[in-house]
Amino acid sequence: MKTVLISQGTCCKSAGADRVLAAMERELSEVGLEAIVKTPGCHGFSEIDPVVVIEPDGILYAKVKAEDVPKIVQSLMDENRLAKGLYYRDPVTNEGIPYAQDIPFFNKQQRTILKNCGVLDPRDINDYMEAGGYRAVRKALLEMTPAQVVAEVKRSGLRGLGGAGFPTGKKWEMCAAAHGEIKYVICNADEGDPGSFQDRSILEGDPHAVLEGLILAGYAVGAQESYLYVRAEYPLAIKNLQIAIDQAKEKGFIGDDILGSGFKFDIKIFQGAGAFVCGEETALIQSLEGKRGMPYPRPPYPVIAGLHGKPTLIDNVKTLASVRWIINKGADWLASRGTETSKGTAVFSITGKVANCGLVEVPMGITMREIVFEIGGGVPGGKKFKAVQTGGPSGGCLPGALLDTAIDFDTLRAAGSMMGSGGMVVMDEDTCMVDTARYFLDFSLKESCGQCVPCRLGTMQMHEILTRITQGEGKMSDLDLLMELSEGVAKGSLCGLGKTAPNPVETTLRYFRDEYEAHINERRCPSRSCKALISYNINAEKCKGCSICLKACPVDAITGAKKEIHIIDGSKCTKCGICLDVCPDAFGAVECF
Amino acid sequence: MCKQNTELKVKDILNCYQGKEREIIPILQQIQEELGYLSEEAMLATARFVRVPESKIYATATFYAQFRFKPVGRNHVAVCRGTACHVRGAERILDILERQLGIKEGETSQDLEYTLEAVACIGCCALAPAITINNQEVHGQLTPKKVAELFPAAAKGGN
Repeated sequence: MKTVLISQGTCCKSAGADRVLAAMERELSEVGLEAIVKTPGCHGFSEIDPVVVIEPDGILYAKVKAEDVPKIVQSLMDENRLAKGLYYRDPVTNEGIPYAQDIPFFNKQQRTILKNCGVLDPRDINDYMEAGGYRAVRKALLEMTPAQVVAEVKRSGLRGLGGAGFPTGKKWEMCAAAHGEIKYVICNADEGDPGSFQDRSILEGDPHAVLEGLILAGYAVGAQESYLYVRAEYPLAIKNLQIAIDQAKEKGFIGDDILGSGFKFDIKIFQGAGAFVCGEETALIQSLEGKRGMPYPRPPYPVIAGLHGKPTLIDNVKTLASVRWIINKGADWLASRGTETSKGTAVFSITGKVANCGLVEVPMGITMREIVFEIGGGVPGGKKFKAVQTGGPSGGCLPGALLDTAIDFDTLRAAGSMMGSGGMVVMDEDTCMVDTARYFLDFSLKESCGQCVPCRLGTMQMHEILTRITQGEGKMSDLDLLMELSEGVAKGSLCGLGKTAPNPVETTLRYFRDEYEAHINERRCPSRSCKALISYNINAEKCKGCSICLKACPVDAITGAKKEIHIIDGSKCTKCGICLDVCPDAFGAVECF
Repeated sequence: MCKQNTELKVKDILNCYQGKEREIIPILQQIQEELGYLSEEAMLATARFVRVPESKIYATATFYAQFRFKPVGRNHVAVCRGTACHVRGAERILDILERQLGIKEGETSQDLEYTLEAVACIGCCALAPAITINNQEVHGQLTPKKVAELFPAAAKGGN
C-alpha cells in the first residue's frame, strides 16, 4: 500500500498544506483507494511548500494545490504513472525532477538531526519507536552507568549547537560532578534569532528526539526534573511537545521508575514570554523563577548553581536531539564527521534572497558557497550575490570573497561572525549593508535588558549614528566613532547579547566600507534601498499611459490620465516602490535613482 | 465583559496555582489568554496571590514582549520583523498595513477591530515577508496586492 505524506509544519500549513490534506482525504475516500495518509512535520524545503510525497517510491510533488489532488490520486491508482507537471522543477535547468532523492536541495545534505522531520508523524510515538526511537534511552538506562553516558558524549566531541559551541560532554561532566540532591535539566528552545527556524521545525516535526535527549541528559547528570523552555510564539511546537510528553509518560519513558531502572524523571513545558535575552542561560533561569529575564554574572556557572540555586544543565534543542545518535551509534560515529574541532553536522535555516529557502543539515566544514549556491540554488531573479549573514543579531555579514571558507565554529568566529543558532540570511545587490547594520542594532537595542550601561546606551548611540548615515547625514568621523563604540559595548557588557551586538557593525565596516563611504560622501545608497537617498521618476519617453501605477499608488502621488504620461509628485511619494513593481516589464518606465 | 465576570475568571485561574513566585509568568500568560490583556485589577490579584509587591508583577510583565496592558483588537495583526522578512520588504508591508487599517504600529483601532504590531521573528522565514493574524493564521510571501485582499473591509480610504 502507498503512503502519502503531507507535511503539516507551521510554514507548510500557511502555504496551504491543510487544504491539500483535506482534499486528499476526500478524494481517496471518493475513489475508494486505500492508502496511508501521514502528516509529518516540516521536511525542510520550505520554498516548495505544500509538498506531497508518495512512499515507498519517493516521488515528490511540489507546490501542490487542492485542485491538483485528483491528478495525484489518479497516478496512485496506476502503478507506474507520475502526475506530470506537478513535480519539482529545477530553477536553473528547468528540468522536472520527480524523485526527492535527485533534488539537489536534499541530496547534498547529511541528515541526522533532521532525519525524522518530514518523515514521521510527530503525534505518534509508535511511528518514532518503529524508526528506532527511545532505543538510546533503553540502552543507556539498562546497560550503561551515568558516567559512561557522560564519557561517550564527551568522547564524541559534540559542541553546543545553540551557538556558543561549548563542549557538551564537558558541561555534562561538570553538572554530574556538582554536589546536590536536586538537579535540573533545561532544554533551551527560546529560538529568538530573527531568521532562524530550525529549532521550531525540530520541536514540531520530531519532538520525541528532543525528549529522548532530555531523558539521557537527566540520567547522565543525575537530575529528576526538567523544563522545555519554548517561545510562546511557537504554538504548534508547544502542542506537539505536550502530546509527545503525554505519550512518553504512557509508554513509561517519563515517570517514576523508567523501564524498571529506578531512574525517575519528569519533563514540563515552560512558555517563554518573548524576550530575546532569555536565550542567554542565566536570563532564562531568572525567567523560569518568575523574574525579569536579566542575565547575572558567572561564575558560579549554572552547572554548579542554576535554577533555584541548584546545579542546572542547559542545552539547546539541536544538541539534545543529537545525543541519541551518540548513544546508539557510538562516539566514534559522530567524531568521524565534521572537522577537527567541530564534530558532526550543523543545521542551518537558509533564507533571504536565495532560490531555495529552507532548512539544511550539512557536515561541519562545508563551504558557504556549497550551501548558498548548490543547496540554496543561488540568488534568484538574476541578481548579484552580496553577502551572507550568519548568527542572527550576534553574527556578522560575510562578503563573496569569503564564500569558500569552510564553516565551523572557529572559522566563522575568526571571520568576525559566528555560528549562532544557525540562521543564514542571503543578501543580494538590493540589500543595503548600512541599513542591515542599522536593522540589527535596532533589534539589539530593543532587546537589551538594560542593566549594562554600555549595552543599553551604546547600542542606542550606534543606532542613531547608523540611522543618520542611512539618511545621508553622516560624517566620515562617524565611522571611527562606530568602531570605538563597538569596542566599548563588546567589552563593557555582561552577557552575550551586548558582547556580540556590535558584530554586524564591525563586519559591515570591515567588508563593505565602500557602502558607508558612498552614503556619507556621495549621499548615495548603492543598493537603492535607503528611502531618504532615493527618488522615483517616470520616464516620459517610456510611459505608455496605461495607468496601472496610478491605480496602484497607495498615496495617490501619481497624476495623469489614460493614454497620458504619468507624473510622480515627489512631495506625496512615500517611496514604497509599488509603482516600480507594477510597471509592466515591457515598458520599464518607472525608474529609481 | 462585565467586571464581576472578569474577577471570577481571574480567581478561577489563580485557583489552579500554588501561589509561588515562579508561577508568575504562567499565571499572567493564562490571564492574558482569557482576558486578552493584563488589567490592573488582574495584576493586583496576582500580586496578592503570590505575596509579592504589585510593582514586582508590573516590572516582570513589562519586561516581556508578550504581555499587553490594553485590550487587543478582534483581529490582532502581527508583522514579522525578522531578518528574512526585512530583506524581502517587511517594512513596506508594515507601511501598507498602517495605511490600510488606518492605525500605526502598536495601536488598536477605535472600534477594537484591529491591533497592529511588529513582532520578533515568527520563524516562517521561507515565507517572508509574513504576518500572523491572531497568532494562528500565517500569511506569507505577501505583496501589496495580497495585503489588500486580506483586509477588504478596511480597504484603501475605508477609514
